[in-house]
Parts: sequence; structure tokens; C-alpha cells
Amino acid sequence: MSQLNVPTMADLMAKGETPDILFWVGCAGSFDDRAKKITKAIVKILNHVNIKFAVLGTEESCTGDPAKRAGNEFLFQMQAMQNIQVLNGYDVKKIVTGCPHCFNTIKNEYPELGGKYEVIHHTQLVQELIDSGKLKVEGGEFKGKKITFHDPCYLGRGNGEYEAPRNIIQKLDAELNEMKRSRANGLCCGAGGAQMFKEAEKGNKEVNVERSEEALAMNPDVIAVGCPFCMTMMRDGVKHFEKEDKVQVLDVSEMIAQANDL
Amino acid sequence: MIASIIFIILLAFGAFLFYKNVAKIRRNVLLGKEVNRSDNSSERWKLMALVAIGQSKMIVRPVAGVMHILLYVGFVIINIEVIEIIIDGIFGTHRILSFAGALYNFLIASFEWLALGVIIGCIVFFIRRNIIKLNRFMNKELDGWPRSDANYILITEVLLMSAFLIMNASDHLLQVKGYEHYIKAGSFPVSNLLSPLFENMSNASLVMLERGCWWFHIIGIIAFLNYLPYSKHFHILLAFPAVYFSNLKPKGEFNNLASVTNEVKLMLDPNAAIPPAPETPLKFGAKDVLDLNWKQLMDAYTCTECGRCTSNCPANQTGKLLSPRKILMDTRDRLTEVGKNIDLNNGTFVDDGKALLGNYISEEELWACNTCNACTESCPINLDPLAVIMDLRQYLVMEQSNAPAALNGMFTNIENNGAPWQFSPADRLNWASED
Repeated sequence: MSQLNVPTMADLMAKGETPDILFWVGCAGSFDDRAKKITKAIVKILNHVNIKFAVLGTEESCTGDPAKRAGNEFLFQMQAMQNIQVLNGYDVKKIVTGCPHCFNTIKNEYPELGGKYEVIHHTQLVQELIDSGKLKVEGGEFKGKKITFHDPCYLGRGNGEYEAPRNIIQKLDAELNEMKRSRANGLCCGAGGAQMFKEAEKGNKEVNVERSEEALAMNPDVIAVGCPFCMTMMRDGVKHFEKEDKVQVLDVSEMIAQANDL
Repeated sequence: MIASIIFIILLAFGAFLFYKNVAKIRRNVLLGKEVNRSDNSSERWKLMALVAIGQSKMIVRPVAGVMHILLYVGFVIINIEVIEIIIDGIFGTHRILSFAGALYNFLIASFEWLALGVIIGCIVFFIRRNIIKLNRFMNKELDGWPRSDANYILITEVLLMSAFLIMNASDHLLQVKGYEHYIKAGSFPVSNLLSPLFENMSNASLVMLERGCWWFHIIGIIAFLNYLPYSKHFHILLAFPAVYFSNLKPKGEFNNLASVTNEVKLMLDPNAAIPPAPETPLKFGAKDVLDLNWKQLMDAYTCTECGRCTSNCPANQTGKLLSPRKILMDTRDRLTEVGKNIDLNNGTFVDDGKALLGNYISEEELWACNTCNACTESCPINLDPLAVIMDLRQYLVMEQSNAPAALNGMFTNIENNGAPWQFSPADRLNWASED
């Protein structure tokens, strides 16, 4: 594996340079072992197409999304304002996020608090790169494979982006099979609303088991996701049904990186 | 003459009573806090045309959608007939609009077909609720009054439409017989099928039947109108403003509390300009209906309990206590209770020791929510149970410090480490150098 080139904003600043885009990694992408692989896949794509980007590194902090969804508006706004100070300090104009929750929060909830940026999700960036011809995609190992895409709530219903991840998957010459509950009708993975950080309330089933069951019923080779929390939930669900040897759960960016041997 | 006077009195009384009850609901809705939903009026009109008038979200579920459109179109168009009934009632005339000739015949024929459509629609709906027992009509929150309410509406509509058709059938028989006053007017493609039932009746009996159905129909309409403010069926009026005043922002975007922004600015910069202290002590989030905004309260009165939100809710589908429909029903029931309290206490609310949070909606329901917006997406008229859930959560967390322990741990981690897990912020970039 080639060495990743991950400049920080501070590095570039010291050299008197500004990046074209800031990659907002997010907490899961920074700390969760599985999600780190998604982060690296995104960086590999960025490196591959020679985009001038940077990360905040240790200056990045939680967007406050889980605090806000859990009802802690104070903590959310504290986080938001501190992050906005950092981002505005670097005069950031454009941000790509590795997580739909960071994407939604920075895009929609930061502007009113003084943080106005152009924010895109990483699947939207990949789609842009493909459309502009900067990134060539051929099916590679995914050619003819059966893929089911699970919509992240905060990308799909939350922000109306259903096409970007699907367009990318189709570029892989894969067979995209839609679950009955997809797009606007997609079922949550069970992590949203800060559920990721607590035990589920009493019920007769875990939401991620319900969702994984639906995905596995499509008999896919790969369950594709676009969110590190969906990744955790769907992987747990696939393990629940002891299908982890047969069915991979991959982020769309990982599929692109793998298909291009990055 | 006497009939006209009775009719006018009934009509005036019905209209007055309806006005009083609607005014009360309006008063209750306006008890809510201010929220600006009058921006961007052109987009709002478009949305109302598409979603409310055009029923675009109803057809996501095709059977219910098509049947509902049948009822909706029938309801709206058959009401043209009510104009004639009212004029005839006031002036003692009969089929006053029949001078329109061919157009009149066409209209009456259309009303008949639509009436048949409404009857079929109501029967299908009745079967879905009471015989097939679709899951979303079986939830606990519909036990008792809400389930009866739905059936009363369907039965009433079938009775009203049947009266209309029987009235036409007997009228037409009298027309054919050339009975006095019954001028030849109208075209009766559906009620003709009923005629054989009444053919052998005497003229006097036919007149009784025709008049009986005419009075039953119009009194039924006046009574039904006055039933609306007590019923989920009130949606036929509020659906339009409710859609007009929809949230136009992306569904993922939740409001930033302005009161919190001021406090946070002070915390981060003690020298920040201090906004004037509010007159009433700040309360964060909502404990009771009066802490919600007027649109949330309007949503509560608009909800017709179809349960699409609940049947699409991941928490509800996996057996959790949360039902988004119940959130809006509880909000309405509590608001009605608060409204009665205000009426009994000369215009001011006297604390009754109850609140929406706790007495109606439990913490367990609130903490089951995934904030996934399946409920708001599936609502055919853009109602927003999630906004109520979030406001109540905010109260639990910011006023009562009453979050589940695991979430308090998450808060602490974010405060101390800038991440919801216990990792050192210094390690945030380690992934870049790991294999």
C-alpha cells in the first residue's frame, strides 16, 4: 500500500498554501477501527486524483450532531461555535465530509451560527470527480456483483441525495438491487438520533437486525453504505445472521478505491 | 313557508355553532409560540397545490391513495350540489339551478357517479379498518374514541350519499309521473338503478321519501360540519394551511435554539454583548403544549390518524413504545384539555399539575426515536411529529438533566475529548499513519 498523503490545514498554512477542499473526517472516521478504513479510502481517492485537500487533524472536534439529536442543544452549539472559529480561522470555503451526520450538521445547522461553507458528502464528491472525468471507474472486482445500497437517513431523506451513491455503484458495472424500503422510504439502520450511543429502548427486535434482514433477503454480495454508523449497524446485523463470510459491508468510497486498486 | 323558516334557523344555528368551535380551535393553536412560516410564499403555494390539493403524497400507497382521491374529489364536487340545496331550502324552490339545462344534467349525473365512488371508497376503507384490520389501524393509541371516530365518519358519509341517491331516485320517479312541482330536470345514471325499489310506491309516499332524504341529507351535512371540530376529520379543513405552513428546510436540519445561542456566546466570550434579559425565565425545550409553537399545535389538530408515520417508524416496527401518530394525538388531546381549562378559568390557564411530558408522552417513547424522518416523509400532509419529540427531548436533557446514563457519558466525552467516545483528541489523526 502506498503511503497516504494527509496534509493538515496547519501544515499548509505554515507553507502559505490553501487547499481547494477541507476533508472533514468526523469522529467515527478518526477513531472507529472499521470507519478509519473508509477514511483512508476517501484519502486514497483524493490522492489519486491529486486534489489539493487538507484535514484539520487534532484541531477537528465533534460537530455536536449526536448531542443535538439527543436534545443537548447547549453542547451542540458549544461544539459548533468552536468548530466554526477554527474553520473560519482557516478561511475554509468548501468541505467534504466522510459522514452524512457531519455533512448535514455543517451544511444546514452551522450557517445560522456563523459557519457558511459549501458542504458535500463524499459520495457527491466522487460523483463530481467521475462526471468531470478526473476519476475513471471500471468495475474491477465488483463487475457483475450483486449490490444493495442502504440509504443513510441524513443523506437521503435528510438532504434529498439519493442519486450520487447509486450512480457511483452503477459505474462499477455492478447489479444494483433495491430493497423494498429504499430512497425516501428507506429504513433507518438504528443508529440515528444518538441511538448509537445508548441501549435501544425495549422492543421485540433491534432496528439493525430488521434492516440487515431486509438487505440480506436481496442475496447481495455487498451491502453498500454511505455512513460510518450505518456501517457499524449493518455489520452487526450481518454478523447476527452469521453471513459475514458471504456478504461484505462496504462504504461506496471503499468500493471505488478497491475497484481502482488504490 | 314554515319549511323555509325551519331551514333558515337550522342553517344559521349550524353555521354559528361551527364558527364558535372553529374559533376555539384557532384560539388554542395561537396559544403556541411564534415561528415564522410565512416566508417564501410562492414555494408555499406550490407545495399546497401539489401536496394538499394535488394529493401527491397520498398515492405513495396506491390503494388508500386512489380511494382517498375518490372521496376527496367526491366531497369537493358534490358540495356544488349543496349550494342548490341551500338556495332551494331558503326560498322553498325545487332544483333551482335546473335552468342550466344540459349542464345541469351533466352535473347531476357527475354527482351521482361521484356519490357512488364515495360509497365504494368508504366501504373499502371500512373493510380495511374493521375486517382486514390493517396493522396501522390496530395500534393501541386508536383504542376507544379514535377508532369509533373513524367508523362514524365512514358510516355518515355512506348515509349522506345514500340519501342523496335515494332522493334523486324518488325525484326522478315523480318527474316521470309528472307529479306537481317535480319538473323534469337532471340525469340520474346511478339512482335509476335504485328506482325499481320504489316504483310501486304511491305518489304521496314518494314525495315523503324524496323530502325525507332531502332533509336528512342537509341536516346530516350541518350536523357533520359540527362534528368536524371534535373529530380527526377536521383535517379536511386544516390540511391546506398545514401544508402551506410546512417546514421548507431540509428535513435533516433541526432548529438552532436562539436562547441557547445567546448563552453559548456568553460562555465562549464573557465580553459579548449581553442581550436584554427576557421577561419570563428561559425554558429550554418543551414540557407542555404551551411550550410548542403554533405550527406544532396546528399539526396536532390536523392529524387524521392515518398512521403512515407510525407504520414507517423504525422504532415502532421493531416493537418499541414510540408511535409518531400518538405524539400528535397526545399533543392535540392535551391542548384540548388546556383549552377547556382556559375556558373554565376566564381566559387564563390554571396549573392542573399535568403536562404533555409525563402525563401523555413518556420518556421511553421519546428515547426510542431515531430522528430518521421516516414519519415526516410519510405524512401525506407534511406534519411533523419529530419536531415535538425533539422539543420534549430538549426539555428532558437541558431542564431536567434526565438523559439515559449512556447519553450522559456521550455528552461528557464530547465535552472533554471532542468525540462521543473516550479517545484522546491528540490521537485524532493517528489513522493517517496506521496501517
